[in-house]
Amino acid sequence: MLRRVPWPLLVFAAALFVPALGSRFYTFVANDIVIWALFATSLNLLVGYTGLVSFGHAAYFGIGAYTTGILMKKAGLAFLLAFPAAGLVTATFALVFGFFCVRLTRIYFAMLTLAFAQIVWAICFKWNEVTGGEQGMPEIPYPDFDWVERVSGILPFLGGYRTSEYFYFVTVVLVAACFWILRRIVGSPFGRMLTTIRENPERAEFIGVNVRRYELAAFVLAGTFAGLAGGLFGIFNRGVFPDFAYWTKSAEVLIMTLLGGMGTFFGPGVGAVALILLNQQIVSYTEYWPLILGTILVVLLFAFPGGIAGTAQGFARWIGRRLGRA
Amino acid sequence: MLEVRDLRRSFDGFMAVAGVSLTVPQGSISAIIGPNGAGKTTLFNLITGHLKPDSGQVMFKGREVTGIPPHDLCRLGMGRSFQRTNIFPKLTVFQNVQAAFLCHRGRGWNLFAPVERLYLEETEALLDSVGLLAKAGEVSGFLSHGNQKQLELGIALALEPEILLLDEPTAGMSGAETRETIQLIERLARERSLTLLFTEHDMEVVFSIAQRITVLHQGRVIADGEPAEVRRHPDVRRVYLGEKHDR
Repeated sequence: MLRRVPWPLLVFAAALFVPALGSRFYTFVANDIVIWALFATSLNLLVGYTGLVSFGHAAYFGIGAYTTGILMKKAGLAFLLAFPAAGLVTATFALVFGFFCVRLTRIYFAMLTLAFAQIVWAICFKWNEVTGGEQGMPEIPYPDFDWVERVSGILPFLGGYRTSEYFYFVTVVLVAACFWILRRIVGSPFGRMLTTIRENPERAEFIGVNVRRYELAAFVLAGTFAGLAGGLFGIFNRGVFPDFAYWTKSAEVLIMTLLGGMGTFFGPGVGAVALILLNQQIVSYTEYWPLILGTILVVLLFAFPGGIAGTAQGFARWIGRRLGRA
Repeated sequence: MLEVRDLRRSFDGFMAVAGVSLTVPQGSISAIIGPNGAGKTTLFNLITGHLKPDSGQVMFKGREVTGIPPHDLCRLGMGRSFQRTNIFPKLTVFQNVQAAFLCHRGRGWNLFAPVERLYLEETEALLDSVGLLAKAGEVSGFLSHGNQKQLELGIALALEPEILLLDEPTAGMSGAETRETIQLIERLARERSLTLLFTEHDMEVVFSIAQRITVLHQGRVIADGEPAEVRRHPDVRRVYLGEKHDR
């Protein structure tokens, strides 16, 4: 019964409805969540599906953000070009870094991803002429939404929103498209090959899987989608800063993935929702947010190793069995 | 079909395989036996590309395949099973075998087709022939040891090998399970006209199905030939078969 409900479509529709609530703050938080959900889901392609734990996923988020930011602010390029460019540039970097990373396994792999991320961060921090250095790059322009005003003569329901809200709609649609693509990928034969690598790389090699090459492909894909998320985030944040690529961002996205549950496709998205909402709530009560977060994580890792989504799924199955028996 | 020439491999000065040569003719059932530590598994790993030999050659279907990676070897038609059961534990029985089909038939790089619709019939037919069809939906990690071995055989067969290397196919099985497994392997080999090379510690099994036996001891071949010959060989009796098997 619960299975037949088109949950992703419902969530998508609900997300589009947020600006209609009329609160700028809600739209802001929702926009933050949507972008982080994509970022976390891209990481899950590596962590959850391929079994590769990356400690440096923020590098690709940062590269994407800088690419879109520089192209739109300094080169005056349209968002329509600057956004895919974020994906392309990030994919290139992920290909080069990944080439070396997939040659290592486990903790060595994780450490090398971290090392590359710190290199990216250091470059963003120091290269004043291009990245704005320590100060970052404020005032990234919003995409041009004048056309909406023109179209709204014919389609009146489109008009009347703020620019930030138009950008929110664009974000929701683009992220939904990325989610759709990622969903197809993990449900494809390619996705299944990644799962065999996670489960047993030695055996995978002996059903004919070129493990390193598949790992590299997963690395590039994960990087690309992180880059796209970063491209959106730079504009949303009205500025791009070196700490986008800093290791704390990598940790944050990894925590989201674990919190939500890396065993399910939508788990990391759930994790993004949970972590950002918790953050908003707790910060207004106490300044010890990291302490609370740490405690929550400890409880979670021991009590609910499947994360929020994994636990919910188990619970739904349990209910289903009870109903089936009755 | 398969020829090994003077293969050597040492680990930190210990000669695990010290110059082994053997030939496996097409369509034959051959066994490698030897006491623990004789180098059987190392030899297997050298043949299947898991390890690189220090020297020597492996010829498969007339071409040299020494040291080429397993994923290429298995595309050429060499399948193997492992001594310690080696499956994808969190996938279902069906998914295990299906994954092998997907990869072997070159669909692995397909990023968009829904995987639930591919190779359904092939997978079911193969599960049926290894006797696991009734358990297709179960998570493979929870199967009994014997069933997992059957599954491993299924995975190997999905790759449509010409030669199948089985590393102790009945390891850890009860007497009844062992007999069933051996019958299964024999039947599958006949149906698919497979060449078989296996290692085994159960002498009954070896002498019941093998046409050729190679005896390894301390990394060297000490006897090689038909079962009757090998059984009579004085060195074999001394180092391996011992009094217990001297019936």
